[in-house]
Amino acid sequence: MVLDSKIPAGDLKDKWQNYKDHCKLVSPANKRNIQIIVIGTGLAGASAAATLGELGYNVKAFCFQDSPRRAHSIAAQGGINAAKNYQNDGDSTFRLYYETLKGGDYRSREANTYRLAEVSGNIIDQATAQGVPFAREYGGTLANRSFGGTQVSRTFYARGQTGQQLLLGAYGALERQVATGKVTMYSRHEMLDLVIIDGKARGIIARNLVTGKLERYFGHAVVLASGGYGNVFFLSTNAMGSNVTASWKSHKKGAFFANPCFTQIHPTCIPVSGDYQSKLTLMSESLRNDGRIWVPKKKDDNRKAKDIPHDERDYYLERRYPAFGNLVPRDVASRAAKERCDAGYGVGSSKMAVYLDFADAIKRYGKMEAHKKVIENPSEETIRELGMQVVKDKYGNLFEMYEKITGENPYEVPMRIYPAVHYTMGGLWVDYELQTTVPGLFAIGECNFSDHGANRLGASALMQGLADGYFVLPYTIGNYLSSEIRTPAIPVTDPAFEEAEKAVAERINKLMNIKGARSVDHFHRELGKIMWDKCGMARNEKGLTEAITEIQQLREEFWKDLRVPGEVESMNPELDKAQRVADFMELAELMCRDALNRRESCGGHFREESQTSEGEALRIDDEFSFVSAWEYKPEGEVLNKEPLIFEVSKPSQRSYK
Amino acid sequence: MEHYTMNLTLKVWRQKNSQEHGHFETFQVKDISSEMSFLEMFDVLNEQLINEGKEPIAFDHDCREGICGACSMYVDGRAHGPWEKNTVCQLHMRAYKDGDTIVVEPWRSAAFPVIKDLMVDRRAFDRIIEAGGFVSVNTGNAPDANAIPVSKVAADEAFDAAACIGCGACVAACPNGSAALFIGAKVSQLAFLPQGDAERASRVRNMVDQAAKEGFGNCGNIYNCEAECPKGISVGNIAKMKREYMRASVTTGPAGIRE
Ligand SMILES: Cc1cc2nc3c(=O)[nH]c(=O)nc-3n(C[C@H](O)[C@H](O)[C@H](O)COP(=O)(O)OP(=O)(O)OC[C@H]3O[C@@H](n4cnc5c(N)ncnc54)[C@H](O)[C@@H]3O)c2cc1C
Ligand code: FES
Repeated sequence: MVLDSKIPAGDLKDKWQNYKDHCKLVSPANKRNIQIIVIGTGLAGASAAATLGELGYNVKAFCFQDSPRRAHSIAAQGGINAAKNYQNDGDSTFRLYYETLKGGDYRSREANTYRLAEVSGNIIDQATAQGVPFAREYGGTLANRSFGGTQVSRTFYARGQTGQQLLLGAYGALERQVATGKVTMYSRHEMLDLVIIDGKARGIIARNLVTGKLERYFGHAVVLASGGYGNVFFLSTNAMGSNVTASWKSHKKGAFFANPCFTQIHPTCIPVSGDYQSKLTLMSESLRNDGRIWVPKKKDDNRKAKDIPHDERDYYLERRYPAFGNLVPRDVASRAAKERCDAGYGVGSSKMAVYLDFADAIKRYGKMEAHKKVIENPSEETIRELGMQVVKDKYGNLFEMYEKITGENPYEVPMRIYPAVHYTMGGLWVDYELQTTVPGLFAIGECNFSDHGANRLGASALMQGLADGYFVLPYTIGNYLSSEIRTPAIPVTDPAFEEAEKAVAERINKLMNIKGARSVDHFHRELGKIMWDKCGMARNEKGLTEAITEIQQLREEFWKDLRVPGEVESMNPELDKAQRVADFMELAELMCRDALNRRESCGGHFREESQTSEGEALRIDDEFSFVSAWEYKPEGEVLNKEPLIFEVSKPSQRSYK
Repeated sequence: MEHYTMNLTLKVWRQKNSQEHGHFETFQVKDISSEMSFLEMFDVLNEQLINEGKEPIAFDHDCREGICGACSMYVDGRAHGPWEKNTVCQLHMRAYKDGDTIVVEPWRSAAFPVIKDLMVDRRAFDRIIEAGGFVSVNTGNAPDANAIPVSKVAADEAFDAAACIGCGACVAACPNGSAALFIGAKVSQLAFLPQGDAERASRVRNMVDQAAKEGFGNCGNIYNCEAECPKGISVGNIAKMKREYMRASVTTGPAGIRE
């Protein structure tokens, strides 16, 4: 199949305007007759559902949590990028676009990435008008910080809770539409299948998680905004419920899955402390602006951090990457930490951790404060006090969180951190209109593959989710729906609904009737271990080949020995989990196949066979400048390639030396 | 930090659904590490129950890092357990010692009916927001973000109020089952900001009226809510809400009009 990305003609900077000038519209009278299903109420889903409701469409919005406000987006900490150039430091739409494309190691489309940068400023305007309390300067204007090693300050933030504040803004807009009746909210509902009629997405089968009953919903179009699939690794920074089911079921009904192996491993997370661990907690990347990362120079050094003198510490990022130091991109920082720990220099009881140390920052800030306050010859103690206050103002909530989890005070001892699975750049393949290969099925936010290539830059997932939901999808879906205005609502008694529901019910019964001995979590943990060891931070042909066999075996055991307690027609969280894990089991294999197929290193995908003599990732543009778009066939996944064409920004090797 | 393990007795509320009566059930858990979170301890218990062929305990949770507001357990008579300014997902087992008995119940409030075991229905909070907890600005209508300056002090105060995670601990901790802190937080956030000004009067009225319809009680100035709020939302917000409500009744704001 030839994949048509539908990139509009014209200069890069004119494409989106051209599109908007010429796309088809739906009249207000016709919008009133059209129904749209939106799966997910995170930043992408809530912003889309609210905007579509404002436009006059009838929206049915779904989430599995008890309230739309609890979507995983709520946990985003650091901030959101926008090319406002409020700081007058040389930022521009082009610069944000270019950095996003380059940061993604040239594995995304120029046109999509440019559009993202282009609408980024509108997001900040919209959120501010909603009452989102972004950080401000004393003069009353919005404040920015630099994030993820960029040379400009373009990140807007609300302390360490930017995702929460942006989501509550979008949630408010959503609830406002619920009040007008334009949006109907279905919380504690999980989409379990897509319904296709005459080749077009026309509805879903969902399980009401309270009653356990299966329900059918019709839509002229279906929008997935169901988030990322990092939980395939069991341990990740994602919320416990984050899952791939909506995307995966759609994949099996014809939506291509793109670049499934592109996973982001975030360098600064609290390390695993035991087998019971249920999730990992991110420590915001912003900490790397001030914290210095190091390990002892001596192997298996068991001294306390404070007893190791400066010259016996290896500040390995500063050593290897003098130009960027501690601010190298996430993929580079993560691999470097793994390299040190694998070589035996790790710290803490597990030895799978490195230090993130604020002692120097506290001293530096303390001296600056003393100077500002005109304190002459300040004592060490005064400097420390003053410096601690500055660090507290910047990162107080993160330090508190760290202390709650580990019981250690990071003002006194350096934090211990280790990389953890954080974000998935892969996802459903979409064209420029954010439409999947199934007509009428759209995918927005983290669940699509579009804008981040092989590595996402900090503070750009929030940007992408809201760009898609507020400013892109509402136009592009109109272009599709303009030809649907004569389609009357299809009753859910249609045989296609009947059949889809039957298939879902059968699978549920199958899961319930295994009546084996092992719990869902048991299998999920096992799967996570395989993925982390063999499809994690470093991948090679042997490991990936083994992983595929191991996953197949595990999947077989899962369907033979799973135990799901409880009843079908009642609330049953174990059954919900079982269905999600069953889908992860299938996705995992595809991730390994994709990683195996891509015999180059790029962004977060590091193939050990493809590295420079200094151990850096080596891209192979001649062979792999394409998007892998996998097509589900009962007899096996088929790879389709969408070539990536760079007209404006010619690929170069990333270097942070 | 020294780590240790412990054996515990748990008395947990079990309730099949909203219609049936509930009861306490007692469980023993062994070898719990002091490094575990409280919910991880529940994971261990649930795993144990599954292995014994019993039904695990249902409880709400998602982010497990204190921000989504899903987790909601009433532990030994306190919403979210013994630690100050904390959600139960961030409570860690080093708060306990070997041999302790812990009693765990769901949020108890007329407006939050139990769905199953420790899970309750908090949709009433969504309906309160629906009544007015937003600024009416359609996508695309916004002026440049820097067009309206907001003093840093006002922005910081708005943020402090906006930090509410909507967990409902305030209601669970209140003898009257009042949602005043929840409403106060949203009303104050938007009243501090120029963006929220146009709808100040209708917002506070509609939200307060909706709360009454949902069956939340009145605020009796007892302030358990602030003490149990995991985000330390100040009762100053309740005072502010009350002033806003007064102001709304004397000004000619569009009384009770829902757009
Ligand atoms: C700890 C953490 C910190 C982060 N910090 C930042 C940051 O500072 N800046 C940044 O830019 N990005 C950050 N990110 C990434 C960013 O938060 C996410 O990529 C983004 O929020 C995803 O938004 P979304 O709307 O696509 O999906 P989500 O917010 O994940 O929402 C998914 C929605 O889909 C629903 N859903 C899923 N499956 C189903 C189903 N089958 N049926 C019904 N509903 C379903 C869920 O209920 C939910 O409402 C962070 C991520 C994490 C984990
Ligand atoms: S689980 Fe999200 S706040 Fe506790």
